[in-house]
Amino acid sequence: MAEDRAVGSLLEIRNLKIEATAYPPGEPPRHVVLVDDVSVSVQKGRVLGLIGESGAGKSTIGLAAMAFGRGGVRLTGGQILLNGRDIRGADVGTLRALRGREVTYVAQSAAAAFNPAKRLMEQVIETTLLHGVMGRAEAEARAVALFRKLGLPNPETFGSRFPHQVSGGQLQRAMTAMALCPKPELVVFDEPTTALDVTTQIEVLAAIKEAIHDTGVAALYITHDLAVVTQVADDILVLRGGRRVEYGTTDQIINAPREEYTRALVSVRSIDHVEKPQAPSILSVAGVTARYKGTTFDVLKTVTVDLAPGQTLAVVGESGSGKSTLARVITGLLPAAEGRITFAGRPLSPDLASRTKDDLRELQMIYQMADTAMNPRQTVGTIIGRPLEFYFGLKGEAKRAQVQDLLDQIEMGKGYIDRYPAELSGGQKQRVCIARALAAKPKLIICDEVTSALDPLVADGILKLLLTLQAQEGVAYLFITHDLATVRAIADRIAVMYRGAVVRYGSKTDVLTPPFDDYTDLLLSSVPEMKLGWLEGVLAHRKMDSAGN
Amino acid sequence: MKMPLSALLGLIFTGGFFFAAIFADVLAPYPLEMAVGKVWEPPSATYWLGTDTIGRDILSRLIYGGQITIFVATASSLLAFGLGSILGFTAVTQGGLVDQLLSRLVDLMMAIPSLIIALVVLVVLPRTLITLILLMGILDATRVFRLSRAVAMDIAVMDYVEAAKLRGERQGWIIFREILPNALSPLVAELGLRFIFAVLFISTLSFLGLGIQPPLADWGGMVQENKDGLIYGKAAALMPALAIAVLAISVNLVADWVLSRTTSLKGGRGG
Repeated sequence: MAEDRAVGSLLEIRNLKIEATAYPPGEPPRHVVLVDDVSVSVQKGRVLGLIGESGAGKSTIGLAAMAFGRGGVRLTGGQILLNGRDIRGADVGTLRALRGREVTYVAQSAAAAFNPAKRLMEQVIETTLLHGVMGRAEAEARAVALFRKLGLPNPETFGSRFPHQVSGGQLQRAMTAMALCPKPELVVFDEPTTALDVTTQIEVLAAIKEAIHDTGVAALYITHDLAVVTQVADDILVLRGGRRVEYGTTDQIINAPREEYTRALVSVRSIDHVEKPQAPSILSVAGVTARYKGTTFDVLKTVTVDLAPGQTLAVVGESGSGKSTLARVITGLLPAAEGRITFAGRPLSPDLASRTKDDLRELQMIYQMADTAMNPRQTVGTIIGRPLEFYFGLKGEAKRAQVQDLLDQIEMGKGYIDRYPAELSGGQKQRVCIARALAAKPKLIICDEVTSALDPLVADGILKLLLTLQAQEGVAYLFITHDLATVRAIADRIAVMYRGAVVRYGSKTDVLTPPFDDYTDLLLSSVPEMKLGWLEGVLAHRKMDSAGN
Repeated sequence: MKMPLSALLGLIFTGGFFFAAIFADVLAPYPLEMAVGKVWEPPSATYWLGTDTIGRDILSRLIYGGQITIFVATASSLLAFGLGSILGFTAVTQGGLVDQLLSRLVDLMMAIPSLIIALVVLVVLPRTLITLILLMGILDATRVFRLSRAVAMDIAVMDYVEAAKLRGERQGWIIFREILPNALSPLVAELGLRFIFAVLFISTLSFLGLGIQPPLADWGGMVQENKDGLIYGKAAALMPALAIAVLAISVNLVADWVLSRTTSLKGGRGG
């Protein structure tokens, strides 16, 4: 025990092994190893970033730092030394005294983690009072000080609000305050900014970083975004499939990665896309205004954009900017109140019900969540085959052959036609959705955040596939996204949306070249870059506060 | 995945009841309407469950009565399901006025106790099997409507339903191919429960003399015929009562198992 303290490690994980029993529907339970032989240490006042794609075991390791395993998860091997004592397999009383006191946790979705029926202050100081760290008055004073430090508005009265009365970014900071309130030694941050908009993300990130620095607490920072972790972590552990890939200082991982997988992560989104020249348009949206039934508020304000065949128009903006509403108006799900939409040389009826079968066929859509975009009770063959049958009357063998051709085109090959969506990986699901859209031989595909739910490397694969298909089929994309790295990779023209209006529109080079308007500047400067010290640099010269604050 | 003992017992008993109902003519030792022994004889080797208030064999009447009870309950639950689920799904896919009209009509029907509606209707209309099945089917359909509407509401907002609408699919495809397969498991479990309620409901009506009319026999009617015997310590009325209870419990066990296998509410891990 003494020698461990001498080393100065607050948390020392040695050869950790974590196992679980999986229950796939309709199959016998299966034994799986989630984390295998991972060793890592965190010194006092340092931040360790855990990075990897989904299923890499990063959250599992994060929770193991407080000797906790989610339902069915067992910590079966190795040591978890906190201040020199092994807490793996410690008794319930010890763990109860430790969790929420020495080690605290910040979850990804603050909205889901707060009790909507209680005021924020009650919840922020709850664990502090429970562990008897300090009295109520002192705890409240500390919470207010933390609110101030985290840059929350009106710190004195902030705690008397209910969770629904504050924004997502503020709620995430309130949860950070909750974690820091009992003066813990280690805080586990589990993707704290992933659910936030880019412009909100960097403010929360900056607040978290400052709070960690000021309180001198050690932290585990879990994320799938290498650029984000670069801004806060001192050391980085790269994980894949529950195993350690690379472990080193942030500087070394970013600037001199040793492993091939790390190099791939660092160089992600480096697709070189040359913008195509302007051409006559296939889709033209002219002065479109839209509002929801029974309201007078315009969710789209005189939007005018054009898109040429075989090109990509990226619509960028944060949540609530109206970019998905634009897609709904073009598809006819929300008929426009004013304005005209022309598609393939003919006027497009505003209402879905009065469109011709050709209008429907030539305008396809791909969704953000491939999981909910496919009927779980239909096989891949049925999902892709239905448009073939519906639009072209293909049946039996002819249909099956065509489905296989499409599967080849999306680089999936044989053996998938009779599978159900649940038997596919996230990237494969999105590929099947692309094939379904392609089956209709469309002229325009609306892609609504199609890569934002995917891991970076998988998303890269999807973007490359979309570009290849565009070159082969000459299909145009209306690409909705909040991710500017994606925009750089595929766009020919860009429309920046803010509060229902297009604030900047033009070719990619024009839009991404200064001088910017205030909002575009805010948006562009909010995309984390894989550079040390980027965060401080950006915050130093900002023209406009986050829109979400 | 191993079947739990309770579900196995449920399946065996339910299966036994249905088997006896289907092959009643072969299995019943005595005819339905013939007094073969003395009044209220106790169970013996000749009359396994004894005889009833006018000396008819209780076992035979139980088997024939089961046939009627199970037939009426099955037919009315199937009717309730067909009607309730199609209307429920239509309310969701059409939305707006159609949904409002259907939902308020169902609210109205559910606001009045089913038994009271049934009593009024049966006083006016001829008490035939068809009337009974239609009446019970329509009354039960209100509950199925609510369930299927609630389940379909969750499914109708899924992107794959939107994708089908954007493709230009008709109502029929959306209801039967996109929504129904995903709504099936809660509906199947509910079918079991509705079947039990139908058994209890037809028994109640017959007990009150408004259900199955003689010369046909059913379990509720049998309890009613023999209830006076209880005063003299004769167990005849308990036999059909026991049959109702055992059938209700065993179907319930099966329905529970189906629900726990398919629902994600209990973690979806099965038994």
